[in-house]
Amino acid sequence: MSSDTTSAIGPVEGAAYDVDNPAPYIEPPRKRTGRTPKSTRGNFEMAAWLFMRLSGVVLVVLVLGHLLIQLFLDGGVSKIGFAFVAGRWASPFWQVWDLLMLWLAMLHGANGLRTVINDYAERANTRLWLKGLLYTATVFTILLGTLVIFTFDPNIR
Amino acid sequence: MATPVLDKVEKESAASPYITVTFRIRRFNPEISDAVVWEDFAVEIDPKERVLDGLHKIKWDMDGTLTFRRSCAHGICGSDAMRINGKNRLACKTLIKDLNPEKPITIEPIKGLTVLKDLVVDMEPFFQAYRDVMPFLITKGNEPTRERKQSPEDRERYDDTTKCILCAACTSSCPVFWNDGQYFGPAAIVNAHRFIFDSRDEGGEQRLEILNDKDGVWRCRTTFNCTDACPRGIEITKAIQEVKRALITRRY
Ligand code: SF4
Ligand code: FES
Repeated sequence: MSSDTTSAIGPVEGAAYDVDNPAPYIEPPRKRTGRTPKSTRGNFEMAAWLFMRLSGVVLVVLVLGHLLIQLFLDGGVSKIGFAFVAGRWASPFWQVWDLLMLWLAMLHGANGLRTVINDYAERANTRLWLKGLLYTATVFTILLGTLVIFTFDPNIR
Repeated sequence: MATPVLDKVEKESAASPYITVTFRIRRFNPEISDAVVWEDFAVEIDPKERVLDGLHKIKWDMDGTLTFRRSCAHGICGSDAMRINGKNRLACKTLIKDLNPEKPITIEPIKGLTVLKDLVVDMEPFFQAYRDVMPFLITKGNEPTRERKQSPEDRERYDDTTKCILCAACTSSCPVFWNDGQYFGPAAIVNAHRFIFDSRDEGGEQRLEILNDKDGVWRCRTTFNCTDACPRGIEITKAIQEVKRALITRRY
């Protein structure tokens, strides 16, 4: 009685298998069992979760303020040049502002990507490589940025 | 008296409520093949009936090999959660007329758990996560001679999460659970919530510590899939957030 068999994935080819000759057993891809290792990394995940919330709030102020100053106030984008940056970084206030923004934005973004990798990369090896790449890029950008902010020399030319 | 009754019967049979609905079911039988096939069944059914009734018609009258779980057929036992038209629901609580019967109704097993046959999945990982949060009353000291008293307000605190029927619709709708199946999953957290916020229970601290795991509540991304899927209407995401808040505020 069953009408029309559509096969989205592929029809059953011949009767290659039957009760006496069953198809190969399909290993469960993952399993939570009584032997699944218990807690591993202490409170790191909680700290990371809290950091995302707190840094997010601070970043709203820092980034919106940054965009406002750079793009809208006092002539907008056209005023930005070497002299403008040099003038701003002469004051410790803007140095701290930019430093904070750099660190928080990088760590916030890196942690976000870390969770994305955790959620979507299925194979352990893929995870390892993606995270390795992510951490390298993060550390590199943070260090380079920090170096520039602190060793910036307005008389470089 | 006889005539009007006859009339009515004739009218009703003229306007038969039955319509033909296509059930498109994801079939898998490891004894025959390791491949999955979609099979269509044309079923005569009253749109006021439920998807489970359609599955019964198929199993009883068309193809006895169709395999699925069901027990109570009234939304109590939680054994027939499945993916109907791409959404996790209980087959026994889903009416045909709510599903657009003009198009084929797709029925799949719930995702993220190993399929054993047709719509039956291996629920063991799901129940292991449930066991891991210790879903039983933990107390210290002497047993009271009579019942353990609780005020209506204290009972109200965790009322929502007592409604869970462990159908796994929530956990198997969660994209974080789909990834590696190690996340505790919404259902386990809901059932931990039920005891953590019970004034009579004294194991809250232990349960919070269990859920503080890297695969515990912090893996929740507030997707709200679980809340949408729950056939009991439990505000699951809110319960998870309450556990997170308890974890952050308990010591500081
Ligand atoms: S919380 Fe809702 S969806 Fe999840 S197992 Fe319990 S009843 Fe089912
Ligand atoms: S058969 Fe019991 S909940 Fe649907």
